[in-house]
Amino acid sequence: MDKIQTVKPSREARHDAPLKVTGQAKYTSDFNFPRMAYAVPVCATVGKGKIRAIDSSSARAMKGVLGVYSRENIGALYRPTKEASMDYRIDEARPPFEDDLITYYGQYVAVAVAETFELAQAAAKAVKVSYVSEKPKLGGKLEQEDLKKTDHERGDAAKAFAQAEVKVDHVYVTPTEVHNPIELHATVAHWTSPDKVTLYETSQAIHAQRNVMAQILGIPRENVQVITKFLGSGFGGKLWCWPHSAIAAATARKLNRPVKLVTDRHMAFTNVGHRPRTEQRIQLGADKNGKFKALIHDYASQSSMDDEYKENCGEVSGFLYGVSDVKVTSGVARRNQSVPTAMRGPGAVPGLHALESAVDELAIALNMDPVALRILNDTNDDQMTKKPFSSRHLKECLELGAQKFGWSKRNAKIGSMKDGDEIIGYGVAACTWPARRLDADAAVEFTRDGRVKISCGTHDVGTGMYTVLANIVHEETGIAKDKIDVELGDTNLPKGPIAGGSMATGSVVPAVVEACKKAKKNLLTAATKIQSSPFKGLKDDEIKFEKGLVTGKRGGKMDFASLLKKLNMSSAAGLASVKGNMAAMDKEKFSTKSFGAQFVEIGWNPLLAKLRVRRVVSVIDAGRIINFQPARNQIEGAIVMGVGMGLFEYAVTDARDGFIANANLADYVMPVHADCPEIDVTFLDYPDKEANAYGARGVGEIGLAGIAPAICAAVHHATGVRVRELPVRIEDLLAT
Amino acid sequence: MQSFGYKKAGSLDEAARTGADGIKFLGGGTTLIDLMKLEVERPKALVDITALPLAAIEKQKDGGVKIGATVRNSDLAHNDYIKKNYAVLSQALLAGASAQLRNKATTAGNLLQRTRCTYFRDPSRACNKRVPKSGCGAIGGHNRNLAILGTSNDCIATNPSDMNVAMMALGARVHVLGEKGERFINIDEFYLLPGNTPEKETVLQPGDLITAVSLPALPAGTVTSYLKLRDRASYEFALASSAVVASIQGGKLTRLRFAMGGIGTKPWRNPEAEKVLLNGGTIQDAVAFFLKDAKPQSENGFKVELAKRCLTHSLKNALKA
Repeated sequence: MDKIQTVKPSREARHDAPLKVTGQAKYTSDFNFPRMAYAVPVCATVGKGKIRAIDSSSARAMKGVLGVYSRENIGALYRPTKEASMDYRIDEARPPFEDDLITYYGQYVAVAVAETFELAQAAAKAVKVSYVSEKPKLGGKLEQEDLKKTDHERGDAAKAFAQAEVKVDHVYVTPTEVHNPIELHATVAHWTSPDKVTLYETSQAIHAQRNVMAQILGIPRENVQVITKFLGSGFGGKLWCWPHSAIAAATARKLNRPVKLVTDRHMAFTNVGHRPRTEQRIQLGADKNGKFKALIHDYASQSSMDDEYKENCGEVSGFLYGVSDVKVTSGVARRNQSVPTAMRGPGAVPGLHALESAVDELAIALNMDPVALRILNDTNDDQMTKKPFSSRHLKECLELGAQKFGWSKRNAKIGSMKDGDEIIGYGVAACTWPARRLDADAAVEFTRDGRVKISCGTHDVGTGMYTVLANIVHEETGIAKDKIDVELGDTNLPKGPIAGGSMATGSVVPAVVEACKKAKKNLLTAATKIQSSPFKGLKDDEIKFEKGLVTGKRGGKMDFASLLKKLNMSSAAGLASVKGNMAAMDKEKFSTKSFGAQFVEIGWNPLLAKLRVRRVVSVIDAGRIINFQPARNQIEGAIVMGVGMGLFEYAVTDARDGFIANANLADYVMPVHADCPEIDVTFLDYPDKEANAYGARGVGEIGLAGIAPAICAAVHHATGVRVRELPVRIEDLLAT
Repeated sequence: MQSFGYKKAGSLDEAARTGADGIKFLGGGTTLIDLMKLEVERPKALVDITALPLAAIEKQKDGGVKIGATVRNSDLAHNDYIKKNYAVLSQALLAGASAQLRNKATTAGNLLQRTRCTYFRDPSRACNKRVPKSGCGAIGGHNRNLAILGTSNDCIATNPSDMNVAMMALGARVHVLGEKGERFINIDEFYLLPGNTPEKETVLQPGDLITAVSLPALPAGTVTSYLKLRDRASYEFALASSAVVASIQGGKLTRLRFAMGGIGTKPWRNPEAEKVLLNGGTIQDAVAFFLKDAKPQSENGFKVELAKRCLTHSLKNALKA
């Protein structure tokens, strides 16, 4: 165990750092074109009803305003195909302005387009919209009203729960959370001919964006090019197409000018998805020794009136622990609110808040240590799919985490641990995230100017894809990193995967490695065959490529650029296509999942009503770690996001009409630097050969998954207050 | 498009003579420009006063200090004389906003900082402060951050400033240049309760220019402190804050002023609550007296308890009780 070290922050620069710090990295809203116009949408100010009339006369009369578009004059926008696969995924399927119906506050009802952004903004504000307003359905208890189903069932959970010797039965609530990446959603639409458009998008899924937008616009998909070079993060909110893209493209087509549309922060709360509110009842029963006997997880998530987004909260309940009798049921409660979407760790993150809080409550009911209780119920098999786990080290995560954290110093008595005026609380939770792999195509080229170019139509959300790929090719070829170029984020490149579900790195890396090997092989083969080559006639095993140099067995050494010139080649390329395992999950022999244990120390000062997370220890079992620095960044960032989920974040809906009352970065409270705890990250780093050739499983989501329940456990340990509805707020603790 | 005039005032007289009709004086602009972008503020013209000679912090002969209207919050907070003699003011300033905002924001501008009430800041919502007689969206709406003292049926908006709370506890005087020349307004009389005219926040008349704020000399043996409570550790408006200025001579409390922020429609002071302690009463009694008229809204009932802890802690520390 001693050999496993905490990953220390490194100062090694990211591959794209020079571009970013010099302002040369082009984010979507940095793209500008001659004659470009600016679009600003007009948002509904009722939560439900019909548009009575839109008066745009004063807006249109403004000098420099190019048009105001709404249902009457936007032109044809079509409904796209909707399917669960990632090729045609869209959460808000209604094209903007399709009819006069308003189903949520903030819904787009019109758009103003003008010569400048400021003019477009003023024009949008001058558009007067009147409504026939109705009382919207908002708030209240969430029930499984629609899309009701049994997600998983084994044994007879109701009977087993009834017979369990020790049990807990509680409802846990997670609030509406908003992704809030710093970079706002944007589209720059540039029609290069009457039926051909280039869309600069803030997209974590450019290929889905292309497919869906082609349908919405009614043009062939090959006529749509989507480009996303850099993302100021997304957290899942930029995975699927949102209505502003269609508005930008439609107005650009109408005006025959490039159009830029950058949504504002208020729209980030209402028009581009959010993590929905959930209510989850957990019934967890055990025998008197702590062995789990029954788990019933019934949950409902809030959705919009028309769409199908369901937060998959029960996904992990079926496999995290060994328990013979399990039932998981789900449904959605429809409200007059905008459509939810995936947010970092969708399903598992709110689901684990409920499950892991219940485990903590059961540990207290059993008078057992919560770490020991989890270890007791560890399992080597995924009992949901009846397959062995490919590589599961949850027990080691818990044991090592406990050791690093100093869990043994914990006095389980509530409020018993103090530091000055602060009461200290310790909490722990397990976390998990499925490991899947997507199809990925990639190309690697050695070019005659002495550079290596990696191309893949995937994305760098800020997660370090540019760095990871440059490092991998550097390892494969020995060529200096400053001679390696990585090109991502363009549908004209070989098709890469979405940047979501912690799948991108593990999917792309094998394709790039294979493409690189092929490129090397193609170069060497050419070198042995072409007349002009100094290596002509050598056999395959008599020539090798090392550190950018081609060496022949009988002597002779030449850098690859000079060799390419000799061979009259512009480049030596390799293309690879590596299949994922999403389509054939059922056929897999193993269940591939990542695991982790997260330990949290909080401090509660009752005199000052001050609650802070003091430190977090995370031990993560995510297979082989490809690059420790960006991987550590992922876990750290997720932990800070978890502090937000645990203590601060919730979108406030005005119960009278659905207005989001804290739709800005001052009032929607998220952690600032001063809230960041001391963070200790450890990766077990056991390669998982079932996951992919690299043995890597992905680290994007898992770091968030155990933080909120661990915080709630720690708060309970310090104060005796069990907060089951997130976030933990000052007002919850003022009785202590 | 909303258009407005802009003029850089060359002299104090020129600034004071610009007339009152729809003009606003521009200092750091950290509130005003923000609210203009939101179309909450719609001045006809801005008169930029940052070039006027109002940026000095001048020690007075009696030991007091005169702070120019355009002294930046960061300069004031880090001034040695202020840190030594008026620590509460420095602490309050540094508890507010961010370093970047404090580098811009001015003393006079902070005095006139406007509420963060979400209904005030969104022109699509009803707000009596923004549009008189249009109604109050916050009553019965989202009001967790809003006031429990000094509210009316027309407005429950909080004064968001940290600095103003310290100014209140210090007994500041506001120097104003108006139509009839210079006058001085005691900070206790500067702010108005919302009543049925929440659009009127201070006693300033249209065209009045704040030129400085002066603080009295504090007797030897005076301790001052500021405490701010909020959800996160930084960059958030106060849920409750307290400023205490207490003079103890020969073991006896001789002079005491305290005020609270985050809970009142103006920086909140109650001299009668101070008298409870000056007359030998307990902190518990003084705090209870201070908060006795608290009227919570649907979401902010917890502020009564929070304010109690905040003020109790501050007074205990100041009085070493």
